[in-house]
Amino acid sequence: MSNAIDIDQVRHIGVLSRIELTDDQARELAGQLGAIVEYFGKLNELDTDGVEPMAHAVETHNVLAGDTPGESLTPDEALANAAARDGDFFKVPKVIGDS
Amino acid sequence: MNGIVGLSTVELSGAIATGEVSASGALEAYLEAIDKLEPQVHAYNEVLVDHARTTATEIDAARAAGRPLGPLAGIPIAVKDNMCTAYGKTTCSSKILANFKAPYTATAVEKLHAAGAVVIGKANLDEFAMGSSTENSATKATRNPWDTARVPGGSSGGSAACVSARLAAAALGSDTGGSIRQPAAFCGVVGLKPTYGRVSRYGLVAYGSSLDQIGPLTVDVSDAALLTAVIAGHDTRDSTSADRGVEDYLAEVDTPIENLRIGLPDEFFTDALDPGIGEAIARAAGLYKDAGSEIVNVSLPHSRIDADAEGNLSSYAVACYYIVAMSEASSNLARYDGVHYGHRGEKDVEGIVELFSRSRAEGFGPEVVRRIMLGTYTLSSGYYDAYYNKALKVRRLIKNDFDRAFEKCDVLLCPTSPTTAFEIGEKTDDPLTMYLADIYTISVNLAGLPGVSIPVGLDAGGLPVGMQLIGPPFSESAILRAARMYEKISGVTRLVPEIART
Repeated sequence: MSNAIDIDQVRHIGVLSRIELTDDQARELAGQLGAIVEYFGKLNELDTDGVEPMAHAVETHNVLAGDTPGESLTPDEALANAAARDGDFFKVPKVIGDS
Repeated sequence: MNGIVGLSTVELSGAIATGEVSASGALEAYLEAIDKLEPQVHAYNEVLVDHARTTATEIDAARAAGRPLGPLAGIPIAVKDNMCTAYGKTTCSSKILANFKAPYTATAVEKLHAAGAVVIGKANLDEFAMGSSTENSATKATRNPWDTARVPGGSSGGSAACVSARLAAAALGSDTGGSIRQPAAFCGVVGLKPTYGRVSRYGLVAYGSSLDQIGPLTVDVSDAALLTAVIAGHDTRDSTSADRGVEDYLAEVDTPIENLRIGLPDEFFTDALDPGIGEAIARAAGLYKDAGSEIVNVSLPHSRIDADAEGNLSSYAVACYYIVAMSEASSNLARYDGVHYGHRGEKDVEGIVELFSRSRAEGFGPEVVRRIMLGTYTLSSGYYDAYYNKALKVRRLIKNDFDRAFEKCDVLLCPTSPTTAFEIGEKTDDPLTMYLADIYTISVNLAGLPGVSIPVGLDAGGLPVGMQLIGPPFSESAILRAARMYEKISGVTRLVPEIART
């Protein structure tokens, strides 16, 4: 069992990821994520000074679409998979006052 | 195996074009095979019987009316269930999308339709394509048709299993780190991952956007050539799609490459490799050599595969790949919020953040949670440079290795996977062990290259062994031709598992 990531860090990452975790889950994840992060550390064996980071294998430049109107989803299509709707809006619990 | 499902896509297409077989007749033959074998294989999340019958009837009517037929007219094809279809459901084998009905169809699938194909069903996968065995599916565990106690590989395990068991003439899969090639190897079929940008990703549910590509799984190399030509091409709806013409891969595939130079990467043939697989690849290289190809040794130092005394594998490429893929996944999967679509967890929820967090906790399976959390971690303040940026630098070193290797050879030859299909449950306890199943395939995604896995034969236990041919960007034609050369010189092609033979 690795301690590269402790249980408080797991809870914090859970908050950042917007995923609720039970205590049992957090404990199990601390071990699993820690072992994987430790494995990631293997990259530190490599000297990467002066190497340009590569986010994409095929270096594409800005691709711009013409500013031409086209068909898009109707409100009913866009809302068809929503758990709750109110008229043409997505319905959610209160937002103001929440952290 | 009845006559029709024993045909390849190219053959069935010919039989439908001449009227020898009708599209409806072909479909019914496959539906009959599904009735018989699907209860053992579990390849499909959904068999689209009504949609397929309607489409097949339309194809037959078009032929009767003398209208021109597309190259896949009447061919029953399975589509991995992470590609949007405006019919049936698109679940990604996740609870969070269990009831999702996509409002539009992915470009690659639209291209199948335009070519006359009949989409017969949506194939099972590891949830959100995250896995190497299809055991991470929230729907079911797909079985390997060669041995139903074993996994089909993943994440396109449903696609590979249904082609292997002849429950579809061909299938589409997606490949982020090996998810087409590794299951193709495990199930004894052909699987091609095109060059990044060759096939539009529009309508493919995003996992690792700089790595994901759609490609075909087929019973032989000619079929892979045909399907790749159909689905490839520029698409303005995917800004990373390559704006260049598509070759007629099928017309070219039978022409051998003269003086083919095949590179064997030294770092891929270490103690980490199962000896049976190593011997199979060496035999394949020998056959190429006897047929006039030149075998050269090349080096991919940053993709090196090592094994420690306990047999634990390691590779820089694996670490690099998982950092990049998980970082991209954590960003892409932020869209599942219980608001716009997908599962909503709302019991006793007070506010919006709690709604997001509850919906995601209830909807995502354990592997998806791990990857989102690790990606969130590697992108978070204080760790971004140490992990994400470091991985992007290593990614360039990996790509540079390939560029240098292709100065000395036309294609690379290596195993697809370090082992043959493993048993269900064998690797589920340790996520890291499962990640290493991709050790031979992930560098190709990081470098954006095309790669094809074809069966090299069976191992001593009767399980299929796959070999991988890798080429420079946009060399699909060359790797397909090289793969077809192997089929011809070895005679190994169209392997059929026992289960589908009767």
